[in-house]
Amino acid sequence: MAEITLDKLAHSYLPAPKTDADFALKEIDHVWSDGGAYALLGPSGCGKTTLLNIISGLLVPSKGNVLFDGKDVTELQPEDRNIAQVFQFPVIYDTMTVRENLAFPLVNRGVATDEITKRVNDMIGILDLGAKADRKARDLTADEKQKISLGRGLVRYDVNAILFDEPLTVIDPHMKWQLRTKLKELHRQLGHTMIYVTHDQTEALTFADKVVVMFEGEVVQIGTPEELFDEPAHTFVGYFIGSPGMNILPCDVSGGVARVGSQDIPLNKGYSGLTGKIELGIRPEFVSLGAGKNGMPIQVKSVEDIGRFKIVHAQLEGYPVSAMLPEGSSVPADATAYFDTSRINLYRDSHLVRGEAAS
Amino acid sequence: MLELKNVSKQVGQSAHISDVSLALEKGSVNVLLGPTLSGKTTLMRLMAGLEKPTSGDILMDGSSVLGVPVQKRNVAMVYQQFINYPAATVYENIASPMRVSGVDKATIDKRVRAAAELMKLTPFLDRTPLNLSGGQQQRTALARALVKDASLVLLDEPLANLDYKLREELRTELPKIFAETGAIFVYATTEPHEALLLGGKTATLHEGRVTQFGKTIDVHNHPADLLTAQTFSDPPMNVVPVRKTASTFAFADGSIGIPHSISGLSDGDYSLGIRPHHLMLSQPAGHALAVKTEITATEITGSESYVHLNRDGLRMVALMHGVHRMNVGDEVTAYLDQSKIFVFDNQSNLVLAPQAQHAE
Amino acid sequence: MNKPYDNRAWFLVFPVVVLVAFSAIIPIMTVVNYSVQDTFGANKFFWAGTEWFVEVLRSDRFHHALGRNLAFSFIILAIEIPLGIAIALSMPKKGPWVSVCLVLMALPLLIPWNVVGTIWLVFARNDIGLMGHTLTQLGMGYNYATSIFGAWFTVILMDVWHWTSLVVLLCYAGLSAIPEDYYQAARIDGASKWAVFRYIQLPKLRGVLIIAFLLRFMDSFMIYTEPAVLTGGGPGTATTFMSIDLVKKAIGQFDLGPAAAMSLIYQLIVLLVCYVFFTVMSNIDSDKPQAGGQQ
Repeated sequence: MAEITLDKLAHSYLPAPKTDADFALKEIDHVWSDGGAYALLGPSGCGKTTLLNIISGLLVPSKGNVLFDGKDVTELQPEDRNIAQVFQFPVIYDTMTVRENLAFPLVNRGVATDEITKRVNDMIGILDLGAKADRKARDLTADEKQKISLGRGLVRYDVNAILFDEPLTVIDPHMKWQLRTKLKELHRQLGHTMIYVTHDQTEALTFADKVVVMFEGEVVQIGTPEELFDEPAHTFVGYFIGSPGMNILPCDVSGGVARVGSQDIPLNKGYSGLTGKIELGIRPEFVSLGAGKNGMPIQVKSVEDIGRFKIVHAQLEGYPVSAMLPEGSSVPADATAYFDTSRINLYRDSHLVRGEAAS
Repeated sequence: MLELKNVSKQVGQSAHISDVSLALEKGSVNVLLGPTLSGKTTLMRLMAGLEKPTSGDILMDGSSVLGVPVQKRNVAMVYQQFINYPAATVYENIASPMRVSGVDKATIDKRVRAAAELMKLTPFLDRTPLNLSGGQQQRTALARALVKDASLVLLDEPLANLDYKLREELRTELPKIFAETGAIFVYATTEPHEALLLGGKTATLHEGRVTQFGKTIDVHNHPADLLTAQTFSDPPMNVVPVRKTASTFAFADGSIGIPHSISGLSDGDYSLGIRPHHLMLSQPAGHALAVKTEITATEITGSESYVHLNRDGLRMVALMHGVHRMNVGDEVTAYLDQSKIFVFDNQSNLVLAPQAQHAE
Repeated sequence: MNKPYDNRAWFLVFPVVVLVAFSAIIPIMTVVNYSVQDTFGANKFFWAGTEWFVEVLRSDRFHHALGRNLAFSFIILAIEIPLGIAIALSMPKKGPWVSVCLVLMALPLLIPWNVVGTIWLVFARNDIGLMGHTLTQLGMGYNYATSIFGAWFTVILMDVWHWTSLVVLLCYAGLSAIPEDYYQAARIDGASKWAVFRYIQLPKLRGVLIIAFLLRFMDSFMIYTEPAVLTGGGPGTATTFMSIDLVKKAIGQFDLGPAAAMSLIYQLIVLLVCYVFFTVMSNIDSDKPQAGGQQ
């Protein structure tokens, strides 16, 4: 267990990077606290795997340092960093039983036999693998194999961090829930620092205390799931988090009112002197529908009924807008839209602008 | 129309597909929903003619196609892995099925460009697939399936290897694009959410059997049996075993009166199912079955909270609106609202599904 | 995966069937025919029943030849398999040297048996051969024509030189199929080089090793050309393997009956040993059927 410091870290796969665009990972400078659960979230090619490989030691960064509990480990090999890693495809030792798989990292480190037996038995209990402990690991299902990969990290009580590289990719949806809750339970029980890389927002948000959203090699926001949902710092975060993502509408702002096309939308915060490209962001959860003369007229393009709620795709002043309606509600023929004004965010050149509370 | 009549596929000792009958209409979207190894891929291979059923018949527009080799069936298939010709340009990749069938150059050019436009591939036509991202590669494979003008389009988890957001975009586009061609569109997935977004019709699969086939939202709202309900629920549906005596369902420390519509039900063991978003952690207005539970984990997505509960090994999930931080280990009472429950008999068949509410 | 069934496929196989019939089935039937009959020439045959089989199986000459064959195959496998794995492990995984190594490895495989024999025949000669001369100068008393050890040493060396590459190439292909994640996980688990080999590489190589084993066993068990070219089976009968003995018997002595019987026994031994090898090797560490049965 350790605090992880990323000290002015940057990486380029090119030998002599010149411009900013040459960097697969742009400079990041953060301290991740001991025992925290962090998720690195972003689309493929955003640099999240690069960052993970730097932390695990598979990659030496072009710039900056990685520190575990203040100790510089930038140049250390993965085996010398005392970390554990779970990969996208489960890695198990085919010829060994479940028990032997779990004992392997301890045997390699010369831990005493009784200690190994004790810890492995504990781990088998924790992972609910009791019935299969003496089976060959290769006959297990994908989720059980993934548990073993995780268990091999956890038996070494003292690991600095456990890294996950899209660990649920090959797991069926139902098993994903079970594995994820197991992971949460383990994190709470054992308190390891965990770093979880994924492109799946649900996995990231449900797993992590802090989500690190990455886009084009840059960390665009680090925050709790709530912060990312309520106040995305960048329009990309708004779009990427939430399904469907945040509605982003170009607008002009003057005197406490945002104007989208010919529609005036009152704001409940004051913004002064906004210049540049101004956009209004509102999540589909906070768009409601009405009918008739009230509200802003929209043209409904399609409605998806997904049981728990309905997703309405519509056009407002020529811009696409989606709304989420509760289960069982119907879409009026001459639909209009309302925005929950307390949930509106404003963006200047894609970055969040915080307004002052209106007096 | 594609019809499968009592199709079974036996491989050695194990039945990969057992007694499947389906009728798929022209221009329709059909989803095969089921977990890994439930038989989705085998069923698609049978439809395509890549495999022959052990028994049963497959008919296209009324005549059997069992004797017709794949090459002559006018089928397009897209797989989970991105399969393209690595050395050929995107343009050539898309054009390849038309080149094989000897379409004239001008038509090829027109159709390739149209398909590329739909799949947002126009800027990449001169590149080779190796220089494209995963999403672009899969769009190339999809465009190739599109220009083939096939009467049967089979997509086997085509978006599984793509990024979440990209999946969202393609998922809404795909059915529209293919429905316009008038083809029979079959889409295999493991994710209930994806099935709902695709709409159309859904066949739920479990261990090689189709447990139900019908309009997607109907299958979701009225699953014929517990297996279908479980397959078609993410997070998994909560199931509480209860005993019915007289006019009540009882579970351990609590009971509720049985809904009016099934008052004639005979006594015995039943299962109550309730979707996570209907499981309440505070007493609802109507009648509800109270179950004392312990919190095992909470997951917060920013706008919603999943609360995982445990009652002596009976695991349940409640999906709550908003952010609720709850302490693991705390005792809470979960309520199954009488108006939201599914009732299954001891054969796991549906006895009662909740009425779809029309709020407002 | 099941493939669609199409009877027309038989037309494609037909030419091969004809070829095999003429090159294998008919000759084998002829051999079977010879093995149960006696002849005193002039194409006159008498029924001999199992007489030849009994005679061959009881003859010391056969036992000795069989012993030599088994010893030879055993030594060959004991050298070539570990050596092949070792070379494959030490070959580069990527970079420009990969193709250089692969070409070098493939080179011996392209040379025909009798050419290999001739190359070594010259190479190992005491007077003009580089190796033979050097060893003699070093006072090793090396001579393949007179010393039993020298003859065996040379034949084994020839085979190892000729065929280890096959094992190397098979293993190399097997090793390249192991995902990088496995090595990373093993590093993180603190596994030693030996543990990585024992628990990752060796298990993943099992499939190709079975093939390498079978190929090398069958081929070495049927060794003929190299000793025939080098020593003609000598000195004495020291390198008279079964194949050489068979040729002596059939063509040298024209004992067609015993030779036919012997060749059938020979073939059965090869099939039997291959079968045993395959069953044993495929079942090592595989508890699949049992595990399924127990649970």
